[in-house]
Amino acid sequence: MRIPLSWLAEYVDLPAGTTIDEVHAALVSVGLEEEGSHQFDIDGPVVVGEVLDFTEEPQSNGKTIRWCTVRVAAPGQAAADGGADVRGIVCGAHNFFPGDKVVVTLPGAVLPGNFAIAARKTYGHVSDGMIASTRELGLGEEHDGILRLSSLGLDPAVGTDALELLGLTDAAVEVNVTPDRGYAFSIRGIAREYAHATGATFRDPASVRPAGAPAEGVAVTVSDDAPIRGRVGATVFVTRVVRGVDQTAPTPAWMIARLKLAGIRSISLVVDITNYVMLELGQPLHGYDLDLVRGGIVVRRAAPGETLKTLDGQVRTLDPEDLVIADDTGAIGLAGVMGGFSTEISDATSAVLIEAANFDPVTVARTARRHKLPSEASKRFERGVDPEVAVAAAARAVQLLEELGGARADGTGSGYHAHDQLAPIFLPDRYISGLVGVEYTDDEITSSLIEIGATLEYAHDGLLVSPPSWRPDLTHKSTLAEEVARIVGYSRIPSVIPTAPPGRGLTREQQLRRLAAETLAASGSTEVLAYPFISSASNRTFGSADDTVAPAVKLANPLDSEAPLLRTTLLPGLIDIARRNLSRGLTDLSVYEIGAVFLPVAGADYGVVEVPSGASLPAAPVLDDLNASIPPQPWHVGLLFLGNAVEKQPGQPAVPFGIADVLDTVRLLATALDVPVTVRQGSHSALHPGRTAEIVVPVGAGADVVSVGYVGELLPALAAELDLPRVVGVAELDLSSLMELAARSVQASPLAGYPAATQDVSLVVAESVAAGDVLDAVSSGAGELLEGIHLVDDYRGNGIDGGSKSLTFALRFRASDRTLTAAEASEARIAGAAEASRRFGAIVRE
Amino acid sequence: MSDPEIPVLSEESVAAAVEAALAAVAAVSGTASFKAARSAHAGEASPLARLNGQLRSLPNDQKASAGKLVGQARARVNQALAAKEADVVALENAAQLAAEALDVTALPVKKRLGARHPLSLLQEKIGDIFVGMGWEIAEGPELENEWFNFDALNFDPDHPARAMQDTFFVDPVSSHLLLRTHTSPVQIRSLLSRELPVYVIAPGRTYRTDELDATHTPVFSQVEGIAVDKGLTMAHLRGTLEFFARKMFGDEAKIRLRPNYFPFTEPSAEMDVWQPNAKGGARWVEWGGCGMVNPNVLLSAGIDPDVHSGFAFGIGIERTLQFRNNLNDMRDMVEGDVRFSQQFGMVV
Repeated sequence: MRIPLSWLAEYVDLPAGTTIDEVHAALVSVGLEEEGSHQFDIDGPVVVGEVLDFTEEPQSNGKTIRWCTVRVAAPGQAAADGGADVRGIVCGAHNFFPGDKVVVTLPGAVLPGNFAIAARKTYGHVSDGMIASTRELGLGEEHDGILRLSSLGLDPAVGTDALELLGLTDAAVEVNVTPDRGYAFSIRGIAREYAHATGATFRDPASVRPAGAPAEGVAVTVSDDAPIRGRVGATVFVTRVVRGVDQTAPTPAWMIARLKLAGIRSISLVVDITNYVMLELGQPLHGYDLDLVRGGIVVRRAAPGETLKTLDGQVRTLDPEDLVIADDTGAIGLAGVMGGFSTEISDATSAVLIEAANFDPVTVARTARRHKLPSEASKRFERGVDPEVAVAAAARAVQLLEELGGARADGTGSGYHAHDQLAPIFLPDRYISGLVGVEYTDDEITSSLIEIGATLEYAHDGLLVSPPSWRPDLTHKSTLAEEVARIVGYSRIPSVIPTAPPGRGLTREQQLRRLAAETLAASGSTEVLAYPFISSASNRTFGSADDTVAPAVKLANPLDSEAPLLRTTLLPGLIDIARRNLSRGLTDLSVYEIGAVFLPVAGADYGVVEVPSGASLPAAPVLDDLNASIPPQPWHVGLLFLGNAVEKQPGQPAVPFGIADVLDTVRLLATALDVPVTVRQGSHSALHPGRTAEIVVPVGAGADVVSVGYVGELLPALAAELDLPRVVGVAELDLSSLMELAARSVQASPLAGYPAATQDVSLVVAESVAAGDVLDAVSSGAGELLEGIHLVDDYRGNGIDGGSKSLTFALRFRASDRTLTAAEASEARIAGAAEASRRFGAIVRE
Repeated sequence: MSDPEIPVLSEESVAAAVEAALAAVAAVSGTASFKAARSAHAGEASPLARLNGQLRSLPNDQKASAGKLVGQARARVNQALAAKEADVVALENAAQLAAEALDVTALPVKKRLGARHPLSLLQEKIGDIFVGMGWEIAEGPELENEWFNFDALNFDPDHPARAMQDTFFVDPVSSHLLLRTHTSPVQIRSLLSRELPVYVIAPGRTYRTDELDATHTPVFSQVEGIAVDKGLTMAHLRGTLEFFARKMFGDEAKIRLRPNYFPFTEPSAEMDVWQPNAKGGARWVEWGGCGMVNPNVLLSAGIDPDVHSGFAFGIGIERTLQFRNNLNDMRDMVEGDVRFSQQFGMVV
């Protein structure tokens, strides 16, 4: 809401010289947040001039300019810029005549857009100033010609300060009005709040009301047979009629300037007046060309399939929830949202029907959203309009039409009033002090409530507080607590630290997730956080290991229609980030993300049919349904490596990243989390078929394993398609599963001090046999004496048959109770080799 | 040694042998010449060894004195050799070390430096501050049911905040699922699942349909807090926020409350923080929203608002990082350029 200061000053004492910052500070203290300020950005000598004469001079570029003689000060007196009283000015416009009063910007003036005026040579003359259009003054959009002051009904003396004359010295503050304070979308409401903040005297512009209730005029029937959520569509409908509107009467400059500062463009006198009154009192008004209204007015819900051509020329099919204003021909307006085309005010309008109604906030909100027609009117109705201001607003519009438009009121109008008084609230003694933590005096409480317009009744152990008609947000004693706290001032609230009961600290999962993140960072990877929105194509490629398409959650209103799915995998996000880094010349990358993925189960039905209402605890089965309505969202960890692990340096060749680095990082992570992972050959449709490892964790005593993710290199063709280097190492693990599988507590064994016996064994197996499987076989065959085993060589070539390979393992044996003999160690080694022979036909190579 | 001349054992011949030996030792310049000298003058064929061999043929009365003479001579030579051996080893060690010298300013870097994302670090830091006060950290799903995100939090079904322009809804909209617009659903889940009193904070990712620019991102993160107990007041809210602010911005930080509106709190306040170390001078910075838990929210969780009261607050992590660490452009936080996180390393 923008508030021109000159307008504010009409209804609350605003000392001369009060600055924008001071007004903002006052309004902030009562809860109206500062949004900005607005001025005309025009300064310097801008005066009323009179065109004395001009000659038209055709130019070589086809234009004809006028070389004008303009009087800018009384004869013999210095002009506002200190110069001569008559000037020569070049003007390109042709819409004026000798004798016209115009606005002259003299050298030294600065116009909006930081346009400095100086005497300058142009078209063969020195133009000593400029004759301004409304657009150049920042007052409107008109640029076809210059502003003739007579068009605003003005005939001021030559030399008059035009900035003052046109209201261009005014300024406006802009505040954010929260949704509970509809009344603050008006000068009236802001003036009241300013009075609360400063103690200045408030003069209510709505207190001027015509004597007696309006009783005559256009017949109005409200007939709502389908109230929404039990609320009737219209509770107030006041009409007034004026006749004989002079369509040539201009909107006065002061009104144009105030509307402009308030953010509204001047259109025509009648429209400007309805907007002006809406800004002043918060009551949206609508004007109909009375001669085009057929019969009486009915306010009702739209009929199924009913159409309405709205003011913007669009034919709209209405919804039975829409509330319409109708005459004998059908709908002529969409209540509180937009008027109809058929009864629009035009140049020919002479009789105007003014509507000042109060429409149900929910009805208006839904209609405005349904037809995508947010307007100044709907904004106010959605937040609640004071039902008791309608009569005053209609009267104010009539008064302005009479004063400015030469119209005359026809009767005192008609009125429909069916709004309820707001329910009184019982405010127990001590409640507010107990909630706010401030010991307020009784006087502070009662005077604050009276100041906001409430009426009070003393009751047993408390007060009965009736909110004023413009505060429908006051519905509970806690809302009264806020009123007292803000009127007295939030600065009174002291600072007390509450004592929470002893807490449990971080949960196990929270600790492990931090550990995972820190381990990955400490091992050299950089944490990134990608958006979780992915395309269908990405989901097809990366979402599942095989060729099936992973079920994914789709957004109804994605920001990017190309990426409407919620991620089922972290890889697309990591790839996007890799591409961005590459495009910025960062070619060696090791990044990770820990984040949620969204994994609906195929065939499952998520969501609920109906959402229970708030403010009461849903029944247990309803809560169960709510909890079951969302798909699983486990934590995943993703890794992406590309470029070099080690750069080329003196004595150090470059070491490129490969799948081994990714796997190593995954092992490190698993070790940190204390999860015993093992690796086996895996497959994933987006990964290199020969370079994919599946990460599994043994569960239970048997050979059962659970898969927790994979490590691999992107398919080279896919990497090329994504403009990535040929080798991109990636991994994705189900972190939630890993944390679930992590050891709860470590069962440690005593360390044996007896010497170890080390032996190597070389086994020849078929090339297709995985070394890891041979290692497993040797381990299980060697038995308990085997303390450690690792692969030291994989040899193919001379001495080994084609299609075979020789794997050499280093074995470390130790007994816990004695020094092993060489014979015992050899026996265990032979047993290990025998198991490898049994499983894979391995032959010991001597 | 194949010296054919074997001198006769005498004081002179022994002295000459010793003199020759000592001269040879003195001339040693490295391992090779040391070994040659040792072999020539202390080996089996050395003059002294041969002279020693003549002892057997001496008359018995001369054996003792001659033996002593030769013994002392051999001891002198051996002693000189031992001393020289130590010198040679030291010299050669020194030479090896000299040869092994490296330019330590040009050693290869093999370990890459990783980094945490500052948004994660900041959430953890805030978590630690509240855990230190006895609070707990609660978490919940990012994809939520409308009831937890709106209805339970006293958002009327026709509230403008529920309009399509702010919230990401799941298709079909009639499923009533959405991406949470704040972490407040976790507050409701906490109230439903825990015994009172409850003191929890809820950090996490949140979503609104804002296009990415310098000050907005559709995916952002929040930390919200809620305390529900008997007798809690706005003074407790202020005390908690002030403690929080001091831990985040230094001991001179303080909190200013301004009236505001949120559906889930009443009274509600906007909180500004006095940032003593702000770039360009100390100033008030808008930090977040807070207030006393709206009675309707307590009722949604089955809590009697006439018995218990509570306060709640929420801050944006991106915004906090922005003014705490002097960052101008929010895009840097979300684009994943590794240089951004690497400025922070492991500490925010």
